[in-house]
Amino acid sequence: MTSSTKSRESTVDVTAPPRRSTASRQLFATVLQRQGAAIVLVLMVAVAWLSFPNFGTVDNLRDLLLQSSFLAIIALGMTFVIITGGIDLSVGSVYALGGVLAAYGSQWGLVGALLLPLVACGLIGLVNGVLVARTGMAPFIVTLATLLFARGLLLAISHEGATTYKIAPDAAFLVLGRGTLLGVGYPVYIAAALFVVGGVVLRRTAFGNSVFATGGAENSALLMGLPVVRTKITVYTLSGALAGFAGALTAAYLESGVTVIGVGTELDAISVVVIGGTLLTGGAGSILGTVVGVLLRDVIQNIINQVGSLDSNYQAVVSGGFLLAVVVVQRSLAGNRVRRGRPRLREHS
Amino acid sequence: MPAEHQPVLEALGVSKQFAGVKALDEVTFSLRAGEVHALVGENGAGKSTLIKVLTGVYQPDAGALRYRGAPAVFHRPTQAQQAGISTIYQEVNLVPLMSVAANVFLGREPRNRLGLVDTARLTAMATELLADYGIDEDVRRPLGELAVGAQQMVALARAVSTDAQVVIMDEPTSSLEPREVQTLFGVIDTLQRKGIAIVYVSHRMDELYLTCDRVTVLRDGRLVHTGPLAELPRIELVSMMLGREVGDIRAHGATGFAAEHGRNFAGHEREPLLRAENLVSGRRLAGVSVDVRPGEVVGLAGLLGSGRSETVRAILGDLPLDGGTITVAGNVVPSGSVPAAMRAGISMLAEDRKADGIIPNLSVRENIVLAALPRLSRFGLVSRARQDRIVRTFMDRLRIKAAGPDQKVGELSGGNQQKVLLARWLCAQPKLLLLDEPTRGIDVGAKAEVQALIDELAAEGLAVLLVSSDMEELIDGADRLVVLRDGVAVGELAGDQVTEDNVLAAIASVDEGSR
Amino acid sequence: MAGVTVATRLTVDRARVAAWSQDYGVYAAVGVLLVFNVAFTANFLSVANFRTQLVEAAPVCIVALGMALVIGTEGVDLSVGAVMALSAALVPLYLGYDTMTAVVVALAAGLACGLFNGFLVAYLGIQPIVATLALLVGGRGLALVIAHGQLVQLYNPTFLSLGTGDLLGIPISVLVAAVLAVAAGLLVQRTTFGRRIVAIGGNRAASRLAGLPVRRVLVGVYAICGVLAGVAGVLATARLSASDPANVGLLMELSAITAVVVGGTPLTGGRIRVLGTVMGALLMQLVRATLIKHNLPDSTAQMVQAAIIVAAVYAARERSSR
Repeated sequence: MTSSTKSRESTVDVTAPPRRSTASRQLFATVLQRQGAAIVLVLMVAVAWLSFPNFGTVDNLRDLLLQSSFLAIIALGMTFVIITGGIDLSVGSVYALGGVLAAYGSQWGLVGALLLPLVACGLIGLVNGVLVARTGMAPFIVTLATLLFARGLLLAISHEGATTYKIAPDAAFLVLGRGTLLGVGYPVYIAAALFVVGGVVLRRTAFGNSVFATGGAENSALLMGLPVVRTKITVYTLSGALAGFAGALTAAYLESGVTVIGVGTELDAISVVVIGGTLLTGGAGSILGTVVGVLLRDVIQNIINQVGSLDSNYQAVVSGGFLLAVVVVQRSLAGNRVRRGRPRLREHS
Repeated sequence: MPAEHQPVLEALGVSKQFAGVKALDEVTFSLRAGEVHALVGENGAGKSTLIKVLTGVYQPDAGALRYRGAPAVFHRPTQAQQAGISTIYQEVNLVPLMSVAANVFLGREPRNRLGLVDTARLTAMATELLADYGIDEDVRRPLGELAVGAQQMVALARAVSTDAQVVIMDEPTSSLEPREVQTLFGVIDTLQRKGIAIVYVSHRMDELYLTCDRVTVLRDGRLVHTGPLAELPRIELVSMMLGREVGDIRAHGATGFAAEHGRNFAGHEREPLLRAENLVSGRRLAGVSVDVRPGEVVGLAGLLGSGRSETVRAILGDLPLDGGTITVAGNVVPSGSVPAAMRAGISMLAEDRKADGIIPNLSVRENIVLAALPRLSRFGLVSRARQDRIVRTFMDRLRIKAAGPDQKVGELSGGNQQKVLLARWLCAQPKLLLLDEPTRGIDVGAKAEVQALIDELAAEGLAVLLVSSDMEELIDGADRLVVLRDGVAVGELAGDQVTEDNVLAAIASVDEGSR
Repeated sequence: MAGVTVATRLTVDRARVAAWSQDYGVYAAVGVLLVFNVAFTANFLSVANFRTQLVEAAPVCIVALGMALVIGTEGVDLSVGAVMALSAALVPLYLGYDTMTAVVVALAAGLACGLFNGFLVAYLGIQPIVATLALLVGGRGLALVIAHGQLVQLYNPTFLSLGTGDLLGIPISVLVAAVLAVAAGLLVQRTTFGRRIVAIGGNRAASRLAGLPVRRVLVGVYAICGVLAGVAGVLATARLSASDPANVGLLMELSAITAVVVGGTPLTGGRIRVLGTVMGALLMQLVRATLIKHNLPDSTAQMVQAAIIVAAVYAARERSSR
């Protein structure tokens, strides 16, 4: 085998790479994973459009977009966290907390309504990030505990859930939630703007590259001198802040700080991110995928509503089913990749 | 000294110790600008430790580094990198899920006027750079989709593009196809012409003699030799690596094997218990065949990477086979299944007892009975009585020194851990025992005991396949030696032929026409 | 010279203290809380109170036992709460036949979920967090679909006695928890299966090379965890005298994992402390009870609990890397 390396002039036998036969299957699987959600979304929309006369109406579509925007903002933050290989189970409680804080803070005008939730929820995210990045504790435990903490804090601020802070009907803050442009609610535009920024940050900045590298191969990232700890702390802080902001927007929309929302929202956020093609194991994902995931979820919810007789809880079941399918596909893809790699060499001195 | 002979990176009298073991003992290493310097040595020689000291992963306990004529201290690998010392490792330390271009410039991405990453320029720069390395793939593809050899090239391109003055290559060709190896040599040529110094760590003789100017040999943490490579005969290089002087015969047997063991094996007419024929697995095994008769000790000799461990793992079923058959006592054993191999009577003592052997938090007893649990239980309930008997027997026979059978195995010395593992495999009542480096890293006394035990077991009729880097152990312990090189058997020595000289010659064996 | 020895002794002691606190800290914590409550909480030392505490702790204890086995293999099961909801949802549908059938069906559902999780982890090689996420997301929804989103009041006296009745003077749920704890302890210490679990968690590669049926064992632990979650779901439903899939078992995974970890079973696997897990469940219950009995509002109670959980898990984490 090495005799061919003996002389540099010897002709070398170049054998065709064996994987050519499975290349097309690999391609199919990759397309399925990356664009699968989009394909299903298009199909669902088509089915819904044809089956339900109400679906295609402007009102319905506007409403659908509006309802999607809150979860979308939360999912944006979650996308960053999951790409680094982590998970944030606290976003549901932080989201609700953000709403209550916004309503409470609205007594000090627009600034208070926005600053209070952003700072407080960002701080909670910071705590998550520091615990995960500095102590090496498992993200799911840390953020589960924060979930509990944030819910407790919410109860404390709202007098054990008894008080629902109302926002003054003439408050400028309400415009953020209830205002419309061309008939479409402001939250939709805000969410869209955030997604554009998020997409640029993820794909076109050194920080975004750090996020991918941290999740894809943390050891390599460390060896390459990338600021892994800082990256992790930042994504969790971002996740908290975005969840809080989504809560604030919801408060503006509902005109009050509803305390009972957000239960299980973290699971919704995780589902839409994963269904959109982001790997739960970290290292790969896209903002666009999350958008597709959110839309898909809400189209399904809409369909369920249209049918009327279907239990709305089917939403969660369908989400779980999609999640399962995606995870299995992701695993089989990863398995293929690993198999083509070289066998693990032992460390020899 | 002429300018091109100025050392660019030096380690002067460097020592490094881990938990009482001297990994480096006052090693001096000098790398000149524009040279390709081979760094060779077997397991435990200190190569990897030296590299880690040179690149800031470890700090030396004694001695100093000099870089570009001035004293240098690196507290972190990134400091060494920024100074211009790049390393490419055996394992590609990049991010497989990110694009090729992103990997090359990770941390140093070209920016546009808005401060954002300029993807167009990134792609163009990467494409241009990688063309010199023989890569014409679309640089936007994920790195992981490339062949491993191509990934290594990307790692090399990255290492060099950081304005490196020194590039350390750790086993760079271990996963390269022949065509890629040619490209690598071409790249090394180019680097040399630019005045970049290269440290080339490899065990592949042919490549070393083709590309390297000088060589440094390490053994047991000490510097054995440093000098030009072209004038050094291969057999001398090999013997320096293995610590044997050509023509030197040990006067007294320092192993626990009965002297002249090899010449007393009387079972030549017996049917082989194990027949492994033409084992092929990826690039690690290219057609290895070996037979072992009951009561015979067959040794596998060869350098690092020759396929010894892979052979025994394949026989155990831990390595999937692309071709070849394994027969035990006339019955074909399905490959790739450890339970099937164990049912056929095969047991293996793994090379890395920490990773693949001991379960540190469990007791000596638990570790010993692990492979024989079903036999020692009744209706799924662990039978303490049966276990106690077996454990006692083995602890006595193997003289396992522990506070008691309930002591945690992680607390025992290396030698006793190894004995516990041996007990485990013997407990499984094997017909064929595969031993991969059974006396590595254990004290002299335990070493002798284990070797004596192997003798006894063979005398009792057990077939043994022994892999060892310890030449003495192989020579004294084996009835027959099969010499492996690059995944193929290149020679077999039996009876009187089993001598150090013959083994060295077989390992260093070369075709006519090259030195 | 003496200074050096003192310094070494100090570092050795610190390591030993850390190891001790991981193994036995939970007993100390329970002891401290008991003493505190006896001293400062009114009516703490009454039989009625002890009963209540034990009954409240029973479901967490049962789930934690299953979780301990899973964690022993270096895995985790996030779906236990959802599985509890599923069993709760199924109970009213089969109570019409008789209590036994309803319980069997509920447990079978738990078993099915466990086998499902185990298959994903063992045969498809999916990471446990990822694998059990599917049921976490969809399981409660499924339960709500089955129950049509309704909370169902239950009146079957036989069934209700599971939650409120006594057997030999001990509340049935506590008895069940105790029996299961003993069984779990015996399983881990005395059966081939149990020793295999610990070996696989301790060093999976070595276990594989020793011929252990790794995949079968993994499926087994997840299956057991699922069944035990089912048991907890049944008992919680009986105590509540209502099937409430929306709320039963909410955040149970957090309580169970914490109980296991503070009880001295490391998340990295390889060692299972059954008694420690039981103590951990009791500790969680005592913390909650202490906060409530001192009239701390829910909000403060939750925040304090969260802080204690983080502190406890932080303190109990493995110090040495494997």
